[in-house]
Amino acid sequence: MGALSIRNVRKTYSGDIHILKGIDLEIEKGEFLILVGPSGCGKSTLLSMIAGLDSPTSGTIHIGERDVTHALPKDRDIAMVFQSYALYPNMNVAENIAFGLEMRKVPKAEREKAVARVAKMLQIEHLLERKPGALSGGQRQRVAMGRALARDPALFLFDEPLSNLDAKLRVEMRAEIKQLHQRTKTTTVYVTHDQVEAMTLGDRIAVMQGGVVQQFGTPDDIYARPATVFVAEFIGSPAMNMLRGTVAAGGVSVGGTLLATHAEHQAAAPAGRKVIYGLRPEKISFAASGLAGEITMLEPTGPETYVSVKTAAGALVVRLAGHVAEQVGDTVHLSWSTDAVHLFDGETEKRLGR
Amino acid sequence: MKNVHRFIIFGLLGVFALFFLLPFYVMLVTSLKDMSEIRGGSLLALPAALDFTAWAKAWSSACTGTDCNGLQPYFWNSMAMIIPAVAVSTTLGALNGYVLTKWRFKGSELLFSFMLFGVFMPLQVVLLPMSQILGWIGLSDSIWGLITVHVLMGLASTTLFFRNYYIGLPDELIKAAMLDGAGFFRIFVRIVLPLSTPILVVTLIWQFTNIWNDFLFGVVFSGADSKPITVGLNNLANTSSSVKEYNVDMAAAMIAALPTLLVYVVAGKYFVRGLTAGAVKG
Repeated sequence: MGALSIRNVRKTYSGDIHILKGIDLEIEKGEFLILVGPSGCGKSTLLSMIAGLDSPTSGTIHIGERDVTHALPKDRDIAMVFQSYALYPNMNVAENIAFGLEMRKVPKAEREKAVARVAKMLQIEHLLERKPGALSGGQRQRVAMGRALARDPALFLFDEPLSNLDAKLRVEMRAEIKQLHQRTKTTTVYVTHDQVEAMTLGDRIAVMQGGVVQQFGTPDDIYARPATVFVAEFIGSPAMNMLRGTVAAGGVSVGGTLLATHAEHQAAAPAGRKVIYGLRPEKISFAASGLAGEITMLEPTGPETYVSVKTAAGALVVRLAGHVAEQVGDTVHLSWSTDAVHLFDGETEKRLGR
Repeated sequence: MKNVHRFIIFGLLGVFALFFLLPFYVMLVTSLKDMSEIRGGSLLALPAALDFTAWAKAWSSACTGTDCNGLQPYFWNSMAMIIPAVAVSTTLGALNGYVLTKWRFKGSELLFSFMLFGVFMPLQVVLLPMSQILGWIGLSDSIWGLITVHVLMGLASTTLFFRNYYIGLPDELIKAAMLDGAGFFRIFVRIVLPLSTPILVVTLIWQFTNIWNDFLFGVVFSGADSKPITVGLNNLANTSSSVKEYNVDMAAAMIAALPTLLVYVVAGKYFVRGLTAGAVKG
């Protein structure tokens, strides 16, 4: 049994509003689980249930061997970092960090030792006497993490901890969270709506939408073999190109143009079936021959350039390294390997073959 | 041009302030004059000498009805009443506000809207049922009866104050404290209460002023030896003797008003600050 297992958890409000529709997740000790999805997908509700701030309508939650489905938050051996940090404004940083230990009747000497240890780890030793109101966003974030770290919990919960920071600080803190996890190896559940955070931090990612886990797997899995159209579009930027078409001999016909597919795709979907043909922008390159199209827009980001191309099969975004010599209005030919093709059912939007 | 405007504005404000302060001034100077000087008729003139005999008489020897002990016993009655009444109504209001915002339960919003009725209810409505109930529980004609009435009647507004203030406190603070292992009362005492200073001051002043100045309940629910100062002042000013002692009446009124005045002077700036803080956040 894993460090955290969530079994068939459902949440229903007033009889017919289903927030969570049967969630099953399990992670091992020391793993970093990401719950990612758009607003309203139920990821925060699920986190609240793991924390004990909300309770499921049905299903169970186990931390280690223990069923904690209806246990009080304080009896779960968890610590949480909130989106707003939720530092106690009336206490200074040291008191904030020590509060959880104080409530658990840890002797004063040990509390001071814990505060010193955590402060050193997070480099906030010079801030210990300050009140939260006198701290910057990044410092508050660190203190919030320190408060969670002080207790050395069995489970660490993060609720969108970086969304209140500016872009530069967010990248810094993201790296710090990753380092911290590598050092402490505490089992962690992290909620975010940011796919980059999900990919960079997670050992395992659960992509959620509409109260359902769309896919649960490693970042590699999720990126290389997205289980549904939603996952494929949600992870990766720019988003995966999606073309609707019909299976024909040797490929998929999109608006009269035949796009090649892999042999396994052809085996999985009979001719005439409505499908969605997916291609990641970085898997497409310019070539001497191939699908012809006209460049409609160039978006240089520095290291890369995103090129929008209008083809007979539809609009495609191509992600190319470095600078692109071609201009808007130029005609280019696009080519890709059939290995790079993702095929989804047109109706269920589920992955087909490969 | 700008200076002329300024002059007009400040001049007008000064005139209004003087007009507003005039009764207070008249009370003060009259209380310091002796009767012959008052009969002289110059209402606005400063007293010839500082004479505190009227104050002393109002405090300890003026007659209200048949006993002549001044306002002193009433003053202490009011003190004995107001301290527990303010403390209990404020504490309960804070707890109510805390529960209604941070520990919501099914129907808590409905309960709150019912409590709001208490804020708008005319006081006269409760007189008869309240006196009946006080009789049943054996508290009629006593200071404890008055305290009970003031606590009950104050609860609606104190709850409203605290509820509107606490709704601005982030829920995540409470959740974080719960995860840290603190319970209902521990969170209240260690986290919520230390953040409540502005609204606490507002409520204390509000309750102190209301209860101290209350006449209706004081006159209806008190017994012979539990009358508050407002009733004492009324009796003192209405006791007819051969001469109307204006200086004693004025001194007595000043004594009756002094505690609320003092509370405003000491805590007034927190009052305004607390009211606006509550308004912005609520």
